[in-house]
This record gives sequence, C-alpha cells and structure tokens, in this order.
Amino acid sequence: MTRIELPASAESIAALKTGDVVKISGVMITARDAGHKFLVEHFIERSPQPDEAELFRKLSSLLRGGVIYHCGPVVAKDNGSWRFVSAGPTTSIREEPYEHKIIEAFGVRGIVGKGGMGEKTLEACKRFKAVYLHAVGGAASLIASSVVEVLDVHKLEFGVPEAFWVIRVKDFDAVVTMDSHGESLHKKVEETSTRHLDAIIKEIIQGK
Amino acid sequence: MRKKPVLHAIPVASLLDRARSRVLPWAIMKTHPEFSKWVLELIRRTSVDLSADIEGALQHAKTNENPGSPAASAFESVLENVALARKQSTPICQDTGTNIFFVYHPAGLSQRKMEHDIEAAVVEATSKSYLRPNSVDSLTGANSGNNLGRGLPSIHFHEWDKEEILVRLMLKGGGSENVGAQYSLPNTALGAGRDLKGVEIVVLDAINKAQGKGCAPGIAGVCIGGDRGSSYLESKVQLFRKLDDRNQLPELRELEERLYRKSNLLEIGPMGFGGRTTTLGVKIGVLHRLPASYFVSISYMCWACRRREMRIKNGGMTID
Ligand code: SF4
Repeated sequence: MTRIELPASAESIAALKTGDVVKISGVMITARDAGHKFLVEHFIERSPQPDEAELFRKLSSLLRGGVIYHCGPVVAKDNGSWRFVSAGPTTSIREEPYEHKIIEAFGVRGIVGKGGMGEKTLEACKRFKAVYLHAVGGAASLIASSVVEVLDVHKLEFGVPEAFWVIRVKDFDAVVTMDSHGESLHKKVEETSTRHLDAIIKEIIQGK
Repeated sequence: MRKKPVLHAIPVASLLDRARSRVLPWAIMKTHPEFSKWVLELIRRTSVDLSADIEGALQHAKTNENPGSPAASAFESVLENVALARKQSTPICQDTGTNIFFVYHPAGLSQRKMEHDIEAAVVEATSKSYLRPNSVDSLTGANSGNNLGRGLPSIHFHEWDKEEILVRLMLKGGGSENVGAQYSLPNTALGAGRDLKGVEIVVLDAINKAQGKGCAPGIAGVCIGGDRGSSYLESKVQLFRKLDDRNQLPELRELEERLYRKSNLLEIGPMGFGGRTTTLGVKIGVLHRLPASYFVSISYMCWACRRREMRIKNGGMTID
C-alpha cells in the first residue's frame, strides 16, 4: 500500500504503477459533467472574465498538483456546516472529452472515479504526469466516512451533485488503474479475459 | 398483472396529485392497515442491509484473493461499507436504482389500494434518505424528487392461492442495468446456435463485455425464451433466488453451475481490477418462445445486490 499526500509532486506520481493500492490524504475537489464543461469553456477556451477571476484563482490553486474526484455526493448541513453522507464514485468515461484539456491546463495530478477512461486521458497522464485512480464502486458510506471535512463549495447553482466540493480526505482507498507510463489496467484485464473467453467458447463449440 | 394506461401529455405531478386527492372507494376493501408502514420498512432493510447470502459470498471471495492485491482491497472496502451502512442505517450504495416490486396476494385484495400504499411508502423512504431521488422525466430531464413517475415504481401483481401476501423488492442500480444484454440466437459472430451451448456462449460474452463496469462481481440473471419484454423481466425475477438455490430443472442446474465456474475463469475480478471472483452466481429461468424467436436475456446485478421479501401472515410480517 502506498500513501499519496496532496498536493502531489510529479515525481511521486511517476513512481505509481497500475495495480498499486493507495490511500489518499489531503484536499481534493469533486467535479462531474457540469463542472468539467465549465472549466473548459470558461477557463481554457477563453481567459477568465473579470467577475470569474477570483474563482479561477481559487480553483487553479486547488487543481495544481491536486486531484479531481468524479462524484455527485449526497450531503447534509448540520449547524451551518456541510457533511458528506454518501459519496461513491460515478462513471468517469463521460468526462473523456474534457479531462485531457484540464490535466494539461491546470497541472492536475490525479483523477479519481470508476470504470476507467479512454485514450486521450491516458495520453495526457503520460505527457503531463498524472494518474487515474479507481475508487470502489458502491462503497458510498465508507468513502463518505473518509471525507473528514468539507472546506468549501463552488458553483452550488449547478445543483448539489454537480457543484465543485472542496473536501479534506483521510485514507481514501483507491487503486491506480491508469499510470503515467501509458499503462492501463482496464485494457490489460479486458485483453486477458477476452483471451480466456475465446478459449472457453472454442471448447464449448467443440463439445468439450 | 397490473395494466398501466398509456399516459400521453398529462404531467406526472398533476396525475399523482389527482391520485392522492381522490377519495379511495377501495379504501374499505381488504388489505392490511399497516401495509404502507411495512413496505417502508421493507425498503429500508433492502437499501441498508445486504442479504446474508450475498455478504457471505463476498467474504468468501475476499479470502480467495492475495492479501494486498487490488482485488483484496476492493473486497475489504466493499465489506467495510456493508457493515457501516447497516450500522448507520444509510444506503449501501448511493444509487438506489429502479424500485421493482412483485406482489403476490390472495383473492379479494385491491391492487389499486396496494399500489397507492406502495407509492406512499416510496415517497416516505425518499424523504428519509433510504432512497435517492432517482426518477427523471425522459423528455424534460426533470427529476420528480420523490421516485414516482411514469412506470415508477415498477409494480407487478399476481394473485395466488395462499392466504398470505408476499412482497418482493429489488433495487436495481443503473450502472449494472446498463451492462445487461439481450441476444437473438443464432448469433453467427459468436458461433452461438439455438441450444444450451449457444446460451452458454452468449451469457459468457455478456459477462466479459460488462468487465467491471457494473460493479463486479455480479450475479447474472438469465432468461431463455419469451419475447423481448417478458424475457428481460424473467431474467430479473431470477435475481430474487438465493445464491445457494438450486434450479429445479436438471439441465438448467448444470448450466448454472457450468456458467458460474467458467465465468470465474475470466479473471475480471472485483471492479475489473483482475482477480478470481468475477461472478457470485448465475441464475437461469426459461419461458416458452415463438418458433421464429430465440432470445437470451441477461440482467447483470452488481455486488450491491439489494433484494428482499416480506411475508404478511396472521396479522404480522417478517422480512427475509
Ligand atoms: S452498479 Fe450497483 S454498486 Fe455500482 S454504483 Fe450502481 S448500484 Fe452502486
């Protein structure tokens, strides 16, 4: 097991390999479809407008060396402060058109989600030294309990699941499934299983 | 079976309001006064408390993986999460899925009354956060906020001879539902003909295509035959069977065992991390078909296999 402290350096990320079991601690930020689209359209495809300069500054400092978590949490507010109730990962592939641009522009070091991502993200991970970390799908209550503090929320007008939640996590469990050397565990597992499947089908057809 | 009228152009909200405000002429009909309250408890248990057979299988699967491996760590997280959800009475997974009810009841009970009570329980369960608001208008994208909507919850009624009511509930998550598949045999690309060998091939193909995306390890509910609709429905009914339930039909019993063994040779593992457990079980049902059709339907259920049943008998209820 390897510990990742955020913000992470390029060297510590380059040392990670697919299949590594990790525990992440530090500050990370959630983003789903609306958040990704916003970052690209407002801060990458054009320069930040004056009324967004403050938000740009805050988000940039969180994203540099930081981690984006694909998650639409269920939250509760007690005594004026937010708390994560349920916070499992959501399917990452929906952010494939945006993620490589965000990794490049903001210097993000890690993406946490489920199901893996595509070639563009894999390529960006290699060029800009980042990794994809797979959380355990369905482990919503457990993950929520590793969120020790909700520090801030931006763009709450996107709705609770789509807002940027700034959270401090401790010992957040994940597995590196795409590393900064161009390796993808998803590809490897699928190649292996398909090889097994072909052999099994052949046996079935031959009546063994 | 309950027949839902086709509801064109009537906003769901006003429709439901109307149903709520109507004086129920059937309210005097025989059903249990506690029915709605008990259904609420059934929903809570199903959402927060994983069945013992599934949890046992996950525990066993954990011991089969090498300590420190991604697969072992995935099972550890899953099991910790299951225990935590039960302790806190919070949903095992935040996606509480499609709420599918099957109600078996004696003659003389009002299905409309029971439907009304079930809907009330679903709304209440949503407000208590046992269910996430999960019902989205397909045209406008608006979430109804209370899990009601056209066709939701999904309720299937059957009258039977017994003097008891059986209510079965399944919470079928979206990630796992998305990787379900239906094949029309023969499938020449896979070399699958219209026989049990062909069935075996396409079920394995579906499990391989799913990889970890439906939150493996999964349970494959399978139906051979039927039409496209009835076939998928029966594949879900199969998912109510306990993992150790053995098929009554010897040829299907053997096929289930074979598919369970072979699917676990694929090494997809939990979450698709690679590993020794890819499925926790394969359950197969069979329906008659038309001479022209031969469907095989596979409903994939994630590790968070949330299904329970409630029996109402002699004025009391039990949940299994
Ligand atoms: S597939 Fe199942 S465990 Fe995974 S996120 Fe969906 S409901 Fe939860």
